[in-house]
Amino acid sequence: MSSVHVLPYTVSPRQDTGLFNAKLGIWLFLGSEVMLFGGLFSAYILLRMGAPNWPMGSTILSIPIGTFNTIVLITSSVTMVMAWVSLKLQELKKFRMYLGLTILLALTFLMVKAFEYGAKFSIHYHEYFPALFNLAVHRLAGGIAAMALVPKCILGFFFLWAVWSLAQVAFKDFSRFVRTAILLISVIAFIGIILTLFELGNRHSHHNFPPSYSTYMAIYFTLTGLHGLHVLGGIIVNGYFWGPGRRMWLDQPERFTNRIEVAGLYWHFVDLVWIFLFPVLYLL
Amino acid sequence: MTSDHNAHHPKVGFWRQYVFNTDHKMIGLWYGITALFFLFFGFCLVMLMRWQLAYPGVALPVIGKWFGESRMPDGVMLPELYNQLGAMHGTIMVFMGIVPLAVGAYGNVLIPLMIGAPDMAFPKINLASYWAYFIGGVIMLASFFVPGGAAAAGWTSYAPLAVISTMGQTMWIIGMVFLITSSLLGAVNFLTTIIQMRAPGLTFMKLPFFVWAQFITAFLLLLAFPPLEAAAVMQLMDRVAHTSFFMPSGLMVSGQPLQISGGGSVLLWQHLFWFLAHPEVYVLILPAMGIVSEIIANNSRKPLWGYKAMVFSLIFLGFMSFIVWAHHMYITGMGTGISSFFQATTMIISIPSVIILTALFLSLWGGSIRFNTPMLFALAFLPMFGIGGLTGLPLGLSTPDIHLHDTYYVIGHFHYIVAPGTIFALFAGIYYWYPKLTGRKMNEFLGHLHFWPTLVCMNFLFMPMLIQGLAGVSRRLYDGGMEYSHAQGVMHLNGVMSYAAWIMALFQIPFIINILLSLKGGEKVNDNPWGSTTLEWATATPPPHGNFAFDPKVYRGPYEYSVPGASVDYTPQYQEKVI
Ligand code: HEM
Ligand SMILES: [Cu+2]
Repeated sequence: MSSVHVLPYTVSPRQDTGLFNAKLGIWLFLGSEVMLFGGLFSAYILLRMGAPNWPMGSTILSIPIGTFNTIVLITSSVTMVMAWVSLKLQELKKFRMYLGLTILLALTFLMVKAFEYGAKFSIHYHEYFPALFNLAVHRLAGGIAAMALVPKCILGFFFLWAVWSLAQVAFKDFSRFVRTAILLISVIAFIGIILTLFELGNRHSHHNFPPSYSTYMAIYFTLTGLHGLHVLGGIIVNGYFWGPGRRMWLDQPERFTNRIEVAGLYWHFVDLVWIFLFPVLYLL
Repeated sequence: MTSDHNAHHPKVGFWRQYVFNTDHKMIGLWYGITALFFLFFGFCLVMLMRWQLAYPGVALPVIGKWFGESRMPDGVMLPELYNQLGAMHGTIMVFMGIVPLAVGAYGNVLIPLMIGAPDMAFPKINLASYWAYFIGGVIMLASFFVPGGAAAAGWTSYAPLAVISTMGQTMWIIGMVFLITSSLLGAVNFLTTIIQMRAPGLTFMKLPFFVWAQFITAFLLLLAFPPLEAAAVMQLMDRVAHTSFFMPSGLMVSGQPLQISGGGSVLLWQHLFWFLAHPEVYVLILPAMGIVSEIIANNSRKPLWGYKAMVFSLIFLGFMSFIVWAHHMYITGMGTGISSFFQATTMIISIPSVIILTALFLSLWGGSIRFNTPMLFALAFLPMFGIGGLTGLPLGLSTPDIHLHDTYYVIGHFHYIVAPGTIFALFAGIYYWYPKLTGRKMNEFLGHLHFWPTLVCMNFLFMPMLIQGLAGVSRRLYDGGMEYSHAQGVMHLNGVMSYAAWIMALFQIPFIINILLSLKGGEKVNDNPWGSTTLEWATATPPPHGNFAFDPKVYRGPYEYSVPGASVDYTPQYQEKVI
């Protein structure tokens, strides 16, 4: 293999820039992401300034749930760093555990979000239909609502199963600190689920709040939806590195470590966006 | 890693070789072919419109029947179709034609070669960027066939019209999201490549001007496109989830109040759109300036005059292009303070353009100019871009813009820049770099037969637009303005422009023939047929996978032509001593 075919600076940094390619690439990409969310935030400011009145986020959204999700994401940023550090320390097993935790926390975040979303769609059919049809429509609506729960239950089941099997691995191989960490995180995840289920059960006391309900709801769904897609993207990327992607560790450990660093930068950004979203949407 | 192995196993399958090849030249070539197709397609759309403008309400002979009763009953174009053609012409030309050709094709093929790199920094992302573009293009094309036809609210997709129009608009938004994704991936790749992969010795101030132009362009794409993506997402929400981001309260459609929450802002769309679209116009022009600079330096056998001034102008221009966008919105009722700000920035931003143009003109002074086809196109670029730029100044001042806004004058303005400007530069580049990719020159006679009639037709096509616009004729009128008394004096020009367009189409045939026939029949040339100084000519022809047979090193600036004391009139960047 002649040397000219190998791309330079995939592993070691270039001297004058101090960066390897992917690191520069991700910073540039994050620059564009700042502009993306910046565009949406400025839309938010403009629309809010022009609005005659604007609801307090807390009257529609649940602050405990939002706080919980904030904690989940911040924790996941920490575990992401730990994953990278583990690689630096040549500990692949620990790396897998921390990255797995990151993924699980991200899934927790998304699930909580899904329950939160679901709670905004309690449809009061009887307001739209004459009394005669009410019963039939109610039955139908009940059926549909029940069906909508199915994927969530499956998701929940998978989540618990994943926590369980991960915990098993951890109990065998790692120190007590790690075990308690896993337990703690599972517990908060569990509390989160309970909280959201509670909100879900409460849904009929709320109005129906779809995106078209008001400009506030429109902003809420668009911003959190787009953020959710970024979380999903992170899960996919991290899932790849957790699973098949880790083969690179065997022949190019340094490059693999770089990849995790880059994935981590992305993940911290996703976290950071939420840290802006939470006060803007829930508290202000 | 697999791509490295490919180089040593010449027998790779068809798909690997052509379709999923991550080599930057192959991707660039695909970009080029696809973009040329879209340019041609977009041109066809506008030729149909020109029939309607020249002969309003007259059945289109022969092919009119092919469009079906819902679009052209008895061959007569419906206004709905006219609007679709107009909106899609703009979208296709800008986002699927010029940008992919000027950036995707030229940037991909030339940047690694010019900076002495084996490939782009992220070859797979590069491939993904092409395929995102391709899918976006397919979605846009498919939108012609959904109920209600393609998007019809203009390439600017202003709300609320775009929000309440038919399904084609949803396709437009989704297509745009793919095109934007493609541009973003490309921009990250270009920037990383230029910053990280320059050959030893190739400092920033030794970069060919073309690379500089692509560098600033990539920054514009990276930072200006995401707000449009945000806007597109919001418009999608407005259309699909019935939100009211861009929908004001109390909106009536056909006498009926809309069932929406209201409270949105139509101006928000315009702000977000133009925040992209003004930088976007520089995306359309900067690569063209880069191409023209290379060709002018090479064919006048002189260094570029004021290279440093040009580079700093470019940087300044890139920066300023983010703070002029509201000059597209003077008549939306903005206050005088804001209007003054944007008038001032708009006047300021024209200064760097003038510096670059002047530097290019001065570069010709005292040169021993070779008038080959690429040089002809490059030379014609200068005055044509000049006209386009100068006609922009009155638009940049709010008082004349009240009269000129949304008239054919605006259309004339930007077409002078994009068509005989950018497209000429792109033609010039094809004639100029063809020998590097094929080992043969394109035919000079066919080149002249392409250039001169195209130049004449361009002016017959776009000069009358300026005249019509000054007379107050609005753009986007289905009958070209026949209904208005103030337009009567200039209506006959519609025929002139249409014939100019059709004749121009005919004279693209020599170009197509030239590209195809020169592949086999063109004059065979060596690796550096134009006697050029930049690195791309140091490779074998065509450049193999991995590009360079040696490890390139750079010893001097990009334009050392006619160095005193040298025995030949060019001293390449990769040559250590003047000989
Ligand atoms: C050189 C200085 C330039 C100035 C001062 C200038 C100014 C303007 C202004 C003020 C408008 C808005 C007119 C209106 O809608 O009433 C406009 C429109 C436009 N300009 Fe320029 N421009 C310049 C260069 C360019 C360049 C380099 C391009 C590149 C292609 C360009 C492309 C466009 C386009 C596409 C539009 C029309 C957009 C639309 O409404 O559909 N301009 N220009
Ligand atoms: Cu502009």
